[in-house]
Amino acid sequence: MKQMLKTGVAALALSIAANAAAAEGKLVIYHWFEYMPQELLDKFTAETGIEVTMDTYDSNEAMLASLKAGAIGTYDVAVPGDYMVTIMAGEGLLDTIAEGELQNKGNIAPEWADPSFDPGRKHSIPYQWGSTSFSVNRDVYQGDINTTDILFNPPAELSGKINMLDSQGEVTAMASLHLGMEQCSTDREKLKALNAMLQEAKGHWASFNSDTAKEVLVSGDAAVGQIYDGFGAKAREEGANVEYAFPTQGYVVWMDNVVLLKDAPNRDNALKFLDFLLEPENIAAVSNFARYGAGVKGVSEFLDPALATLPEANPPADAGAGVFIEVCDEQTQAVYDQIWTNLKK
Amino acid sequence: MAAGAASGGSATTDTYKESRFWLLLPAWVVLGIFVLAPVMMMLIYSFLTKEFRGGVIWELSFAAYDQFFCDRGLFGDEPCTIEWTYIQIFWRSIWQAGAATLLSLAIGFPTAYFIATRPESQRPLWVFLITIPYWVNLLIRTVSMKFLLRDQGPLNDALIGIGLLDSPLHIVNTNFAVQLGLFYSYLPFMVLPIYAAVERYNFALSEAAADLYATKWTTLRRILLPAVKPGVIAGCILVFVPSMGSFLAPDLLGGAKNFMIGSLIEEQFKGNAGNWPFGAAASMILLTMVLIILLIFARQQAKAEKEA
Repeated sequence: MKQMLKTGVAALALSIAANAAAAEGKLVIYHWFEYMPQELLDKFTAETGIEVTMDTYDSNEAMLASLKAGAIGTYDVAVPGDYMVTIMAGEGLLDTIAEGELQNKGNIAPEWADPSFDPGRKHSIPYQWGSTSFSVNRDVYQGDINTTDILFNPPAELSGKINMLDSQGEVTAMASLHLGMEQCSTDREKLKALNAMLQEAKGHWASFNSDTAKEVLVSGDAAVGQIYDGFGAKAREEGANVEYAFPTQGYVVWMDNVVLLKDAPNRDNALKFLDFLLEPENIAAVSNFARYGAGVKGVSEFLDPALATLPEANPPADAGAGVFIEVCDEQTQAVYDQIWTNLKK
Repeated sequence: MAAGAASGGSATTDTYKESRFWLLLPAWVVLGIFVLAPVMMMLIYSFLTKEFRGGVIWELSFAAYDQFFCDRGLFGDEPCTIEWTYIQIFWRSIWQAGAATLLSLAIGFPTAYFIATRPESQRPLWVFLITIPYWVNLLIRTVSMKFLLRDQGPLNDALIGIGLLDSPLHIVNTNFAVQLGLFYSYLPFMVLPIYAAVERYNFALSEAAADLYATKWTTLRRILLPAVKPGVIAGCILVFVPSMGSFLAPDLLGGAKNFMIGSLIEEQFKGNAGNWPFGAAASMILLTMVLIILLIFARQQAKAEKEA
């Protein structure tokens, strides 16, 4: 018996040691679905010997909820959108990347080196950026589509055939542009008008869906779909006769960023991974896969030539300004939450 | 049936009286960890203060229940009037789940009867066939359903092809699509308990009724149905309860234009609202409602047995 116990303890100690050894070569990523080409992860493993594990999420809010519910400390890096970087930094969920820790930090394109959502890039590096607007099926509607009226006050041909993203931020930001009002407004009259306008517009909408935003356009179930530019490009490439709109009132711009999480179990490997993603060749592979912009200098020679002329990524001269989704304070957010509940009740 | 179980049970208890505590312990531990603890956590969270963007602050608060029952206007500073929003959402869910249950019963009962009246050697095969579609993940089945029902999908193509329709029938993004999705998701939960009940039924009783000049309809209503009632009730509960909290079918098939209870609760944790106490409170209210419905069923059952 004693002998058995000894052997058991020895085996246990051995397995713990083995685990520790393996942990040196690990990296755990928390990432959006369908957003990272597997070949690129394989390349990272081949270059560094670090074994990569990836879990996925389908919205910024779902990722935040999961981290706050106790998953922090499990993952090394995550990929939040612009406004979510601000929120996560405010919640203390991010680790700081000290000066000099990233060799390739200088590769960040100058326009993305000091963004409003992460001044000085203390916690994040660019991953991909693009816009959120909407695509219209040109077989169904031939008129001018570069106006937010298409979503909120559509012509008869399009009424009842509109899919909206099931996301409060994207919908209310677009609605604010439509009404020409600021995001995170505290002006009661404007907020009431926003509430009323959305109630009215809902009558024209067929559905709210983010996961199948592209599929409903390809299948023809929806003639208008609020969508990310890359998904819009993919829908077009998959055969739908759709055109991506750049409304004169403006459209939403976003950037996803790779952040270093607090209590990352493999911090050194995470930094290696960030440096890896700042190599133009590597991040270009992501752009070629996801059809979004890269935010890193010197990527153009590695990009699929079709991307340079992609209509979804090249706004016409008369397009409105692109705006980021803003982060509201608690009291203001409560009103927007109420408006969203009113919309979906 | 109840009497049989009781007498069988008492013999067992006597034999194992000494060790009863230890024998029950595993069951209590499982119940404690997987049922009581999560429910207690939910109950506690529903009375805590909301932390902005998800999470809770450990201070007693009734804000979650206030939000559920009190309408304080868009800006939250008007005096309390009755909040219809969430009652409406609950009512919609009950209605959808009820319709799905009736649909399941209408299809499930004849199916179960059919299986139970096959020769004994064939029955396992039929039960097996019923379960085959459910080896596939619910999400995939729901998405497939959407593709079948679409305006340009096979169902509409076929109906137009045989000349029954001129233009496609809009099914996707309607309440009916949600009911259909719920019905399809939970049909086996209706078929299997009814099958178990009908299989135990003594068909000599039906023959005796026929000998006494009862019509087929009367036999079904007065003889078969009362005998298999426990199975029917079990089936209805097993379909109704998960249907009420479901959010896959409403989101994918119904177009997510209106919250159901399930999607309302999901939004509090995974959505922009990030209001955990409110999500917990809505879950507690749902749980209480389901318990009340089950109690009513159980009491009626007991009453019916006493009368019999």
